[in-house]
Amino acid sequence: MAYTRTDRALNELRPMEAKVGVIKNARGSAMFKIGKTIAYAAVYGPREMHPKFMQNVERGTLRCNYNMMAFSGSGNRVRPGPSRRSREIGLVTQNALAPVIDLTEYPKTVVDVFIELLQTDAGTRCAGICAASLALADAGFKMKDLVCAVSCGVVGDTPVVDLDYSEESYEGGAVDIPIAVIPRTGEITLLQLDGVLSKEQLQKAVTLAKHGIDKIYEVQKAALRAKFTGGK
Amino acid sequence: MGKLLVEEKAIVVPGDFLAEGMDYLPAGGAFRENDKVISSQVGVVEINGRLVKVIPLAGAYVPNRDDIVIGRVTDVSYSNWFVDIGYALDAVMSLKDGTTEFIERGAELSEYYGIGDFVVARVANVTKSKMIDISMKGPGLRKLIGGKIIQICAVKVPRVIGKQGSMVGMIKDATGCQIIVGQNGRIWVSGKNPEDELLATRAIALIEEKAHISGLTEVVKQFLDSNKGAQ
Repeated sequence: MAYTRTDRALNELRPMEAKVGVIKNARGSAMFKIGKTIAYAAVYGPREMHPKFMQNVERGTLRCNYNMMAFSGSGNRVRPGPSRRSREIGLVTQNALAPVIDLTEYPKTVVDVFIELLQTDAGTRCAGICAASLALADAGFKMKDLVCAVSCGVVGDTPVVDLDYSEESYEGGAVDIPIAVIPRTGEITLLQLDGVLSKEQLQKAVTLAKHGIDKIYEVQKAALRAKFTGGK
Repeated sequence: MGKLLVEEKAIVVPGDFLAEGMDYLPAGGAFRENDKVISSQVGVVEINGRLVKVIPLAGAYVPNRDDIVIGRVTDVSYSNWFVDIGYALDAVMSLKDGTTEFIERGAELSEYYGIGDFVVARVANVTKSKMIDISMKGPGLRKLIGGKIIQICAVKVPRVIGKQGSMVGMIKDATGCQIIVGQNGRIWVSGKNPEDELLATRAIALIEEKAHISGLTEVVKQFLDSNKGAQ
């Protein structure tokens, strides 16, 4: 079934907004908004890892926590709050961010990243990763690069980028593929997919996502710079 | 050949290209990938000959040997004091490093430094797995009595101290306070009256807020002059 978008082009992202340093108590924090999806991330630590058997004597550990707020309006399929799903997304977020961050200066410790979704309209784990990578940079950790994430996929038969909830739950069937990329090297640190699609469709969707990533990277960098030059 | 891609004093974020070609070498806060020098931190670019460096604008304190730090005693055992120096893990001060006095066998160690006491200490040793030993042996190292402790971001400590202590010296002269700046971002301020301490505290807060601008000494000087008159 052919699908057409009315509000934007098939390769166009929803409007984005990012802000760094939004939570003063945290060592680093950021907000990332894409369309109606709003993610906040706060970084605490490094602090001593407990229980002690989980300590790594070589380097610090990154630990991510993903949560949708009770009022986030996430649709009828996903219910907010701690669940099997949120544990899993916390873990994949962690794995998406771990390759860029250098915690060798903080052995035996843990760096906690808390991601809260205030409002959800699909693409939450991607918004969460974008916010978390900004928050880690804001906290002053050494990083190879920021991490950018966006969802892409196939709605009906049409490859698109940055699906919203109405597209994700499209009657004619939709495949949603969240992707996280290290923009400079093009390395993919997260790619999840369930659904059925052809190889060509996957390639087209991923290409669309990689173009989208560049726009997200610009928004992220501008937001980080704005925090540190804003005081002037 | 090699060329710089940013200006000196520019504010950069992780992943920004700083220089191209093998003529430039990455120093702290930067790394090389192929022929590019890339920033790994949020910070200000400093170029020193061939060295390109990023001075961080944020970050946690990481102890280095011979840092003078202000710590809080968190626990006392039979032969050690445990001291929180603002790092994730507590530092250990052994009996022999605690004081030059003779301590008798079985003496109550909390009579020297009790839980909650603040001390100025020197980082004696840091191992690779970040076991930190601190010592009280050295000039000016002591238990802090009276005054107040301010916590600032550790990466901004060099600005508070200034070149050869010029900045902190200026605040001391203007307010008449005693000030000790720990490398871990803790600052002890003790004055004759609370107003002096408050003025010193506000001056330090101003430095922390404007740490990335140049000509900071002038700004702080003006601030101190205008507020001293008001008192």
